Amino acid sequence: MAIVNAPETAASTQAARPITAVDWRRTVRMGLLGGLGMVFIAAIGMFEELDGRPMIVPILSLGYLTVFWVPFVAGYLAAKEETLEGLAPPQKGLRDPLAGLVAGLMGGLALWLLTAFMNAFEWRDVFLKLSPTLLELLTFGNDLGFAFLALVLGSGLLGMLGGALAVLPESGRRIVVGAIVTTFVVAILEVIFVDIFEGIGLEAVTDLVYDINGGLAWGSAIVVAILGGTLAAVSAGASERSRTRWTAMEPAPRRTASLAAFVIVALLTIFLPIILGGIVNELLANVGLFLLMGLGLNVVVGYAGLLDLGYVAFFAVGAYTTAVLTSPISPTLLGEDGSVVREEGLLTIDFFGWEGWAVLGAVLLVAAIAGIVVGTPVIRMRGDYLAIVTLGFGEIVRILFLSDWLAPVFGGAQGVRQIPSAGVEALDLVDLTITGVDPRSIFYFVAVFVAIAIYVSWRLSKSRIGRAWAAMREDETVAEAMGIDTVRAKLLAFIIGAMLASFGGMVFAVKVGSVFPKSFELLVSIIVLVVVIVGGMGNIAGVIVGALVLIGVLGGPTQPGVLQEFAEFKLLIYGALLVYMMLQRPEGLVPSLSRSRELHHEEMQQDAWLASAIEEDDDEEASI
Amino acid sequence: MSLLVIEQLEKSFGGLKAIGGIDFHVDEGEIVSVIGPNGAGKTTFFNAISGMLPSTGSSEHRPIPDFGTIKFMGENITGLAPSEITRLGIARTFQNVRLFPNMTVLENVMVAQHSRSRQGVWGTILQTPAFRKEERKIEDRAKEVLGFFGSRLVGYRFDQPAYVLSYANRRRLEIARAMATDPTLLLLDEPTAGMNPRETGELTGLINRMRDELGLTIVVIEHEMRVVRDVSDRVVVLDHGVKIAEGSYEEVSTNEDVIEAYLGRDTDEGSP
Ligand SMILES: Nc1ncnc2c1ncn2[C@@H]1O[C@H](COP(=O)(O)OP(=O)(O)O)[C@@H](O)[C@H]1O
Ligand SMILES: [Mg+2]
Repeated sequence: MAIVNAPETAASTQAARPITAVDWRRTVRMGLLGGLGMVFIAAIGMFEELDGRPMIVPILSLGYLTVFWVPFVAGYLAAKEETLEGLAPPQKGLRDPLAGLVAGLMGGLALWLLTAFMNAFEWRDVFLKLSPTLLELLTFGNDLGFAFLALVLGSGLLGMLGGALAVLPESGRRIVVGAIVTTFVVAILEVIFVDIFEGIGLEAVTDLVYDINGGLAWGSAIVVAILGGTLAAVSAGASERSRTRWTAMEPAPRRTASLAAFVIVALLTIFLPIILGGIVNELLANVGLFLLMGLGLNVVVGYAGLLDLGYVAFFAVGAYTTAVLTSPISPTLLGEDGSVVREEGLLTIDFFGWEGWAVLGAVLLVAAIAGIVVGTPVIRMRGDYLAIVTLGFGEIVRILFLSDWLAPVFGGAQGVRQIPSAGVEALDLVDLTITGVDPRSIFYFVAVFVAIAIYVSWRLSKSRIGRAWAAMREDETVAEAMGIDTVRAKLLAFIIGAMLASFGGMVFAVKVGSVFPKSFELLVSIIVLVVVIVGGMGNIAGVIVGALVLIGVLGGPTQPGVLQEFAEFKLLIYGALLVYMMLQRPEGLVPSLSRSRELHHEEMQQDAWLASAIEEDDDEEASI
Repeated sequence: MSLLVIEQLEKSFGGLKAIGGIDFHVDEGEIVSVIGPNGAGKTTFFNAISGMLPSTGSSEHRPIPDFGTIKFMGENITGLAPSEITRLGIARTFQNVRLFPNMTVLENVMVAQHSRSRQGVWGTILQTPAFRKEERKIEDRAKEVLGFFGSRLVGYRFDQPAYVLSYANRRRLEIARAMATDPTLLLLDEPTAGMNPRETGELTGLINRMRDELGLTIVVIEHEMRVVRDVSDRVVVLDHGVKIAEGSYEEVSTNEDVIEAYLGRDTDEGSP
């Protein structure tokens, strides 16, 4: 009992500190970090590039937003103090906005120094992006003195507001953050909202909310902010409440509830695309494509714990198999002189006859073989070695498709073109043609495969095989001693992962209509991995969220997302996000239960130790 | 009939002979204790039986004994994979408890049924009746095994992750997991290490019950002499990788060589 009491005495000394005492060390650190961040964002050209996209008309562009969120957050972080578990939070007061102000001022000063530097020197030979346009933006079209006032005072003010946020009670902070986030999300997702409202014939609404030249009109921004804040206030604790209610539920009603949720999701999947416009459907099709691969990689990395960095190989195998089998100008079908001799490929992708299924079967078969071929040599390796070797395999596969040696089959750098659309053309009753020209059809095509992938991985995770994978991930040696043939289990994970990726490859081939080695670069593997990690490894819901957020908002390696303006900085953001997640939230946005246990093991072990000490006492008592 | 027969077993690590030519046998239904000072080679001996000698990559550190044969139920199991040996009916626990800490108590035990079940990908995906039946069987068996430890590992414990368990419960869970592989021969490596006297006494009773009620044959490495006395039909003493004595507890505990090995090692440890 003495252990539990100790922190409270420490807390009472904490509370006695004077309220104006600023944690200078932390404040200066945040100020410097903020300054560095602002200068970096400006210097890599993000500010200038994104200034063209209005957010709130006429005061805020996306460019200004990407720079000036920094002092606000730095201010908040400078004011917010880390509270140790069990200690009372420190007294709030004037010191918080003060700390925020100082951090903000420092950040603004750094940015002004960059401005002054740009004004004095011409350094564009080295720093390409330090353009006159940027200078103009930073000085607000004025002179340096004005820039000083505007930048330093402006970010000081933002920092102070950030600091003030820390003073607010939890509920108030929730409302403010809710208002801000909602406003920006509505502004950022403009494309989607316009698309949706046009789809359901409500152009009037979008005309009202958004400016003609893009961006939220300031009046509607206020309305949206108020709505967002209200929503945040009303929904406070809702997720917590629903979770408790869910766990308290009896199995029977719980099953009914899951079934209802499933039906709703299914209906939405079927009917939403009809309402949605082409842009959103295109986005969703890309999300689905990467979700498909993410689900496959999740089996390999998340379930079985095998870090596969060459995952794109299986995607490529699926795409090329589809292409070679279905394209009328697949290199193997050309005449001696390279002339086109056939009207159709070997097979059509007609799922109302047998040919479509034959293509699908062939794709799966080839993928399974590829899984075995890649899996067998690497299966005895552990950890980092496995990652490096699979990385190599991924590249080997791409280079093979690119090679002159195999060009008679795969067409070398030219790839294979004219992959036909899938679906049915013969029947008059139903006309389902799946082609890249119609993103809606691709969306449905993907959705079917995604549904299969979700079902398969969900079932596997709750089975003898899934348990074997989990055990292997935790302790391979012991798993083997408990009777698990780890070689087999790993190979199985590889094969299933390969098959799910090959689904993705097939969809990709049909969607794009042609395949080239260039579409299968290492970057694809990495982005799929980031989707899985950011979403939450080992958790299907996590992968879904990861794909929606990353691919939907930022876009895939070559596919644009909602924030098309970010295309140039996509990789930077992916990288930054990955580093941030690994450091701050390694279990992902939507963690799987066991994964978060794994990663916070030590903290919990301490709690568990305390709890078990108590429990042992109970044992003693019970036996007396 | 002898269940396990080991002849001339040898294993060296670099220059060190961890096991230097051991002959050993266990009869069906016996409880044999293996004792000896620290570093005597007891754990290495278990590793050799369960196919888990460490492989460090270099050729002299292959995961098999350097010499000798291990026969289990008449079959030569030397050099078989650990999973294969488990399937044949030898299960073990580890000196430093090695659970799957983030899996639940129930899952830990269910995993151990792996080699006793066979449903594959198709059964799982199609949720065939055979699959459902087997899953139920695995779960029932796991609960049955956990029930062997009284109320300690049942009920709300089923769904707790293994790492929240107290030390003694982790040891119990590890034994349960080994039992769930449905073995004929159970190897326990210092099962009472770190337990208090009451828990130790309880586990002593349990080891006897495992033989009497479940018909298991047990080899146990043990430091606690009271446990050795209360469970052993026969005691084997190892020192420096060789067997220096064998017999009943009374015989061994009065054996000059054994006393010397323990006392001698104590003075050894003082010098570098
Ligand atoms: N993997 C290994 N590599 C090198 N030496 C080892 C290894 N495993 C055990 N040993 C050595 O073998 C000897 C016997 O160890 P061990 O079997 O663990 O003894 P015991 O279990 O009887 O305490 C010790 O001297 C130990 O240092
Ligand atoms: Mg030992």
